[in-house]
Amino acid sequence: MSGASMATGAPAAPAYRKVGSLRRERRWALIGAYAALAVFVVFFLLPPFHMLITSLKSSAEIADLSGNPWTVSRPTLENYWALLTHGSYPIHFRNSVIVTLCTVAITMLISIPAAFALARMRFWGSTVLATGVFLTYLVPETLLFIPLFQIIGGMGLYNNMWAMVLIYPTLTVPFCTWIMIGYFGSIPKELDEAALIDGANHFQMLWKIFIPVALPGILAATIFAFTVSWAQFLYPMAFLVSSDQMVLTTGIVSDLIRGDTFQWGMIMAGALLAALPPLLVYAFLMDYYIAGLTAGATKG
Amino acid sequence: MAQVSLRRLVKKYEGDVQAVKGIDLEIADHEFVVLVGPSGCGKSTTLRMIAGLEDITDGEIAIGGVVVNDIPPRDRDIAMVFQNYALYPHMTVFENMAFGLTLRRFPKDEIRRRVDNAARILDIGELLDRKPKALSGGQRQRVAMGRAIVRDPKVFLFDEPLSNLDAKLRVQMRTEIKKVHQTVKTTTVYVTHDQVEAMTLADRVVVMNNGIIEQVGPPQELYHNPTTKFVAGFIGSPAMNFIPARLENGAGALRLHLPEGIVLPVPPERTKRYAPHAGQEVLFGLRPEHLTEEKPTDKANIATFQVRPEVIEPMGMETLVHFWLQGTEVSARLDPAVPAEVGRPLTLAADMNRMHLIDPRTERVL
Ligand SMILES: Nc1ncnc2c1ncn2[C@@H]1O[C@H](COP(=O)(O)OP(=O)(O)OP(=O)(O)O)[C@@H](O)[C@H]1O
Ligand SMILES: [Mg+2]
Repeated sequence: MSGASMATGAPAAPAYRKVGSLRRERRWALIGAYAALAVFVVFFLLPPFHMLITSLKSSAEIADLSGNPWTVSRPTLENYWALLTHGSYPIHFRNSVIVTLCTVAITMLISIPAAFALARMRFWGSTVLATGVFLTYLVPETLLFIPLFQIIGGMGLYNNMWAMVLIYPTLTVPFCTWIMIGYFGSIPKELDEAALIDGANHFQMLWKIFIPVALPGILAATIFAFTVSWAQFLYPMAFLVSSDQMVLTTGIVSDLIRGDTFQWGMIMAGALLAALPPLLVYAFLMDYYIAGLTAGATKG
Repeated sequence: MAQVSLRRLVKKYEGDVQAVKGIDLEIADHEFVVLVGPSGCGKSTTLRMIAGLEDITDGEIAIGGVVVNDIPPRDRDIAMVFQNYALYPHMTVFENMAFGLTLRRFPKDEIRRRVDNAARILDIGELLDRKPKALSGGQRQRVAMGRAIVRDPKVFLFDEPLSNLDAKLRVQMRTEIKKVHQTVKTTTVYVTHDQVEAMTLADRVVVMNNGIIEQVGPPQELYHNPTTKFVAGFIGSPAMNFIPARLENGAGALRLHLPEGIVLPVPPERTKRYAPHAGQEVLFGLRPEHLTEEKPTDKANIATFQVRPEVIEPMGMETLVHFWLQGTEVSARLDPAVPAEVGRPLTLAADMNRMHLIDPRTERVL
């Protein structure tokens, strides 16, 4: 740059004028990144923080309008204690766990083979089918629950939490299949071919070679299925009426809100506890997930 | 070990792409056959049909005398080495090599013995506990070969196994593959688009073009007696010169009239072969190595003529000289000691004993 300006006959100037500083530029980029992240963190962590504070307050302190909503003067665990020892919160928790685990298992049992078939096997209409799978995901559940109501009622599963195990996969299977099609497609097909030539049948090839290699993609799908079924609200709201069948999302609202009495402390405690399992799943699987990615799993 | 037969083999992909258009090939036991040809000519497709990875549209494939059209890959008793190696990333080198044997329920000590033996042949004994990602390209290549060797299959299939390696390593691994074949002697079908690889490795080279076999033969045979223009141009590097010419009969001897007034005599012993084509337009084929500087010789049928070099490429052990005859590029290979200069007239000697004549319409060698 300076060479070019000298060639045009610029007046005597230092031969190498400093045009910019890479280090300074980098520092600004870093500061910008931190600022953006700080806004992000504050925005997303304030509500949980407020929940935590509220869950530690007694009903009297919550009702006291003169108090600061962001601090707690006499922290107490009475909300948690009441939640876990009285009422049906533990039952809702158990129901949620059962429904979610079953949903995740069913989803994976259907999605993995489906995604494999759609990603790997070329058969008539396979591309149309792959797109179709994704389109079914786009149909909103608010439309689906009316016909589903008929079906579930016809099967005699109304007000039965096992109906959720049947219904949730209609939400999770299409999306999980679809993201796994993408991931599976990035795995070189020579890998399965090598296994087939080495003497594996299709099942052995899937189980011993393909699934271990595709694990990061499968875990991403698992996390999604878990989150969707753990947080699902509309279907349990529509189909489950008695408390012993309810899952956490509806259980908290229906048990802890009586008419216009909101038991805020217990609602917040219940919601926080309900957020724990997803947190643990993320923490555990994410480590695994990243380990899988950095192992360069797809590069032969 | 076994022979492999391809009979009127056809492959059509959906959308009416005919990748392989009916090829016949008999591969003998212990033979090392190389399929070579330009990109898209159907080499991989042919190999994958032998492996059982692609359905056969028509014709049949037999391995060891048994028609395998409907036998899945795992029961064909073949091993394949892929271009990207396709090592199982979650397994160690040992597990990679042992995988096929474990599936076939070989006893543990037999697996150990075979893997150790293959590791010794390929010199990868220290790598057995590593994962593939901790290996260099050349080492991965060896492991992929090891995985094939331990199985002791009837046939080895290679699909461009060296094309991911750098030039130096490629030459080294080429030698390695040849050595392995001399040790284990398994029937081998090897696919490459590199004619040097084909020439150096093969017992017989199969030149493919556009889904058909152009010519099959030992490397020397293809080099000296190509039957088509395609083979003549494909085998050998730099490629053969093709110069448009007219074959004239004058005073009992045949003569080639090249562009720019160059006239070259056809060797008398070829007169009978070429006489029927006298008066025709032909393509005169001569390899650069048979077009050299003029030097004292008592060989018969050396014809000389003058040219003006336009590009000169010193290669070290030889110098390539390029010139144009009415728009046709012609190359000659000279001793580097010859002082060649761009634009300065240079006398070249054509070894007419090595000439080829090609019918420009059928592209067949006359
Ligand atoms: N799965 C497929 N579907 C449709 N056409 C295909 C498919 N695989 C290959 N082809 C076509 O078949 C022809 C032969 O392909 P093939 O892979 O055998 O070529 P190749 O000789 O191995 O070439 P290269 O040297 O590039 O590997 C090509 O024209 C290719 O486009
Ligand atoms: Mg190929």
